[in-house]
Amino acid sequence: MTLNSKVPEGRMDQKWDNYKASVSLVGPANRRRLEVIVIGTGLAGASAAATLGEMGYKVKAFCFQDSPRRAHSIAAQGGINAAKNYQNDGDSDYRLFYDTEKGGDYRSREANTYRLAQVSANIIDQCVAQGVPFAREYGGMLANRSFGGVLVQRTFYAQGQTGQQLLLGAYSALERQVALGTVTMYSRHEMLDVVVIDGKARGIIARNLVTGELERHFGHAVVMCSGGYGNVFYLSTNAMGSNVTAAWKAHKKGAYFGNPCYVQIHPTCIPVSGDYQSKLTLMSESLRNDGRIWVPKKKDDNRKPNDIPDEERDYYLERRYPAFGNLVPRDVASRAAKERCDAGYGVGSSKQAVYLDFKSAIERYGKTEAHKKGMHNPSKEEITEMGKDVVKSKYGNLFAMYEKITGENPYEVPFRIYPAVHYTMGGLWVDYELMTTLPGLYALGECNFSDHGANRLGASDLMQGLADGYFVIPYTIGSYLSKEIRTNAIPTDHPAFDEAEKNVRGRLEQLLNIKGTKSVDHYHKALGQIMWHKCGLARNEKDLKDAIQEIKALRAEFWKDVRVPGEMNSLNPELEKAGRVADFFELAELMCIDALNRDESCGCHFRLEHQTEDGEALRNDKDFAFVSAWEHQGDENWELHKEPLTYEYIEVKQRSYK
Amino acid sequence: MEHKNLSLTLKVWRQKNSKAQGGFETYKIDGISTEMSFLEMFDVLNEKLINEGKEPVAFDHDCREGICGMCSMYINGRPHGPWHGTTTCQLHMRAFNNGDTIVVEPWRAKAFPVIRDLVVDRSAFDRIIEAGGYVSVNTGTPQDANAIPIPKQKADAAFDSAACIGCGACVAACKNSSAMLFVSAKVAQLANLPQGQPERATRALNMLDQMDKEGFGSCTHTGACEAVCPKEISVLNIAKLNNEYLGASLTVARD
Repeated sequence: MTLNSKVPEGRMDQKWDNYKASVSLVGPANRRRLEVIVIGTGLAGASAAATLGEMGYKVKAFCFQDSPRRAHSIAAQGGINAAKNYQNDGDSDYRLFYDTEKGGDYRSREANTYRLAQVSANIIDQCVAQGVPFAREYGGMLANRSFGGVLVQRTFYAQGQTGQQLLLGAYSALERQVALGTVTMYSRHEMLDVVVIDGKARGIIARNLVTGELERHFGHAVVMCSGGYGNVFYLSTNAMGSNVTAAWKAHKKGAYFGNPCYVQIHPTCIPVSGDYQSKLTLMSESLRNDGRIWVPKKKDDNRKPNDIPDEERDYYLERRYPAFGNLVPRDVASRAAKERCDAGYGVGSSKQAVYLDFKSAIERYGKTEAHKKGMHNPSKEEITEMGKDVVKSKYGNLFAMYEKITGENPYEVPFRIYPAVHYTMGGLWVDYELMTTLPGLYALGECNFSDHGANRLGASDLMQGLADGYFVIPYTIGSYLSKEIRTNAIPTDHPAFDEAEKNVRGRLEQLLNIKGTKSVDHYHKALGQIMWHKCGLARNEKDLKDAIQEIKALRAEFWKDVRVPGEMNSLNPELEKAGRVADFFELAELMCIDALNRDESCGCHFRLEHQTEDGEALRNDKDFAFVSAWEHQGDENWELHKEPLTYEYIEVKQRSYK
Repeated sequence: MEHKNLSLTLKVWRQKNSKAQGGFETYKIDGISTEMSFLEMFDVLNEKLINEGKEPVAFDHDCREGICGMCSMYINGRPHGPWHGTTTCQLHMRAFNNGDTIVVEPWRAKAFPVIRDLVVDRSAFDRIIEAGGYVSVNTGTPQDANAIPIPKQKADAAFDSAACIGCGACVAACKNSSAMLFVSAKVAQLANLPQGQPERATRALNMLDQMDKEGFGSCTHTGACEAVCPKEISVLNIAKLNNEYLGASLTVARD
């Protein structure tokens, strides 16, 4: 099968308008009889379900949490980008598009990224209309801040809880549709297979996690909004329940998987403290607006951070990247931290951490406050006190969170930070309409591959999730459903449902019947170790080849020796985890194969064999300017398809943030 | 931070399902680092139970960074445990001493039936939001976001109310199992914003009606909810809700 990205003709800035003007529509009477299944209720899923419901489609939405409001979009902290140019600092749709392409190291599809930039401003209008309480200036206008990899201020925020506020906005819209009866909500349900009839996605098998029952649901179309797969590393900033299962089942039923090796490792997370660690906590990148990152100039310097004078500190990001300084993109910042720690300059008891210091920001803000208040000779203490208040108003919740977790007060001593797995740019391959290679199956938000290339810029995930759900799928799904208006709902006693349910049940029973000796977490942790060390921040051919063999061996052991207690027909969190980890094993192998195949460095994918003299990622556009789309062809067997990436509206360059 | 290892006795509520009779089980557990989170301590306990061939304790959790609102646990008589303004997932074992006995129960409220062990059903909160916790605006092309200036104080106040994570600690702490803090946070958020004005009166009435229907109790102003709220949502929201309710009752004609 050749990949058809279905990018519309015409000038880049007119493609989306042309598309909207010519796409087939479904009339209101027909929408009422067309059923759409939405998997996941994060920003993409909740916004899609709510909007499709408003349009009159019969929507069924599924989430594994106890309420749609808990999806992990809620944890996004720093903000959401939009090309509003409210700050009059030179922003535009083109600039946002350009920054996203460049940030992604020229590995994303131009037309999708441009559309994302075009609809970004509308997202802010929509959210404000819903009552999302964004931060404001004293004049009542919306406030902005800057984020990594850009030179304008286009990030809208609600303290350090932007994801929460945006998700609650989408959740409210969703619940409004539930009340109106256009959306039926299935909480504590997990999708365990896609049902394919005559080559089209026609429904799902879901497990009711409370009763353990398997349920069959028909849909004229299925919209996957199931998030990313960072938990393949065991330790990540994802929620404990975040998983690849829904997307993976779709992959095995015919949806190609795009760029699985593109994993973003976030530079500012709280370091690991012990082997019991269950997750890693991210500190918003917005901290890099005001915090300065440093390590001691001397190796193994055991002095306390505040005892090290300024001239003996190496502000290595400011030194290496004078133009962007502490605000270089995430991949660059993460690798730079690892480089310093590997070279022996790390801090803290593990030596796997660097400092993020607010001392100069506190002083700077304190002086501004003193000036505002007309204090001519403020004491050092007064300045510090006032400066701390300003920092608290900007980042208070992040400082409090850090103190709870580490027991240290970051107003007094610098944060200790280290990179952690955060976001996966890879995901189900989709065309311009966000449809996967399985007709009738769409993928939105983090679970698709489309907009961020090989590295995502900060505050662009929220933008993409809401763009896809509010403003893209409502149009593009019409292109497919307009041809389905004569398709009646297919009864769920169809043999394809029988077959899918039988397979799901068989797999669950198999997991329960192994009755081995080691827990699911044991295997998940072991898998995470392989992935972190061999398919993490820096990769090379030998490690990747080793990793593939180790994953295969560990997977075989898992299926012989895992112990899943409890039973199928009740709430059984261990059984849920077992199914997810089983899928992570398969994905992990594909990630390593993809990383091995991509014999270049780009964005977050850093192959040690390919770097510039300064240690930056060295792309090979001649051989690798394509999207890797992997077709599942049976157990441990994939075929690679390539979607060539061409650039008409942007000059492809070596990325530089100097 | 310096860390120590703790030996602890846990008394944990075990209940097979919503119909079964529950009871406390006692577990001894050693080698708990003070650097662990409370839920990581439960991970260690569950790993031990699995290795002993027993069923692990079911508990709700997801983000483990204090924002999704999924974790619950009534710890030593207090929702989310001893630390102020903290969810269970962010509570760390530094809060306890070697040799402590820790009692862990599910949220207890008629409107939150136990599903299993420490897991309860909080879908009543979703239904309260369905009754009016939104601005009725369809996706489309609303006016420019800066067309309506909102004073910073108003926007900040709306944010403070909107910070509620819907965990239900307020209900668990309340002797009446009232959901007033939860309801008031949403009503106050939208009452503070111009976008919330058109439905302001009906929202307060309908959400409170739904709260009553779900079997939550009434508010007698003891303030226990605010004291345990992990997001420090203020009881002033309840005062605001009462004000809204009174005003609405006088102005809205009802069937």
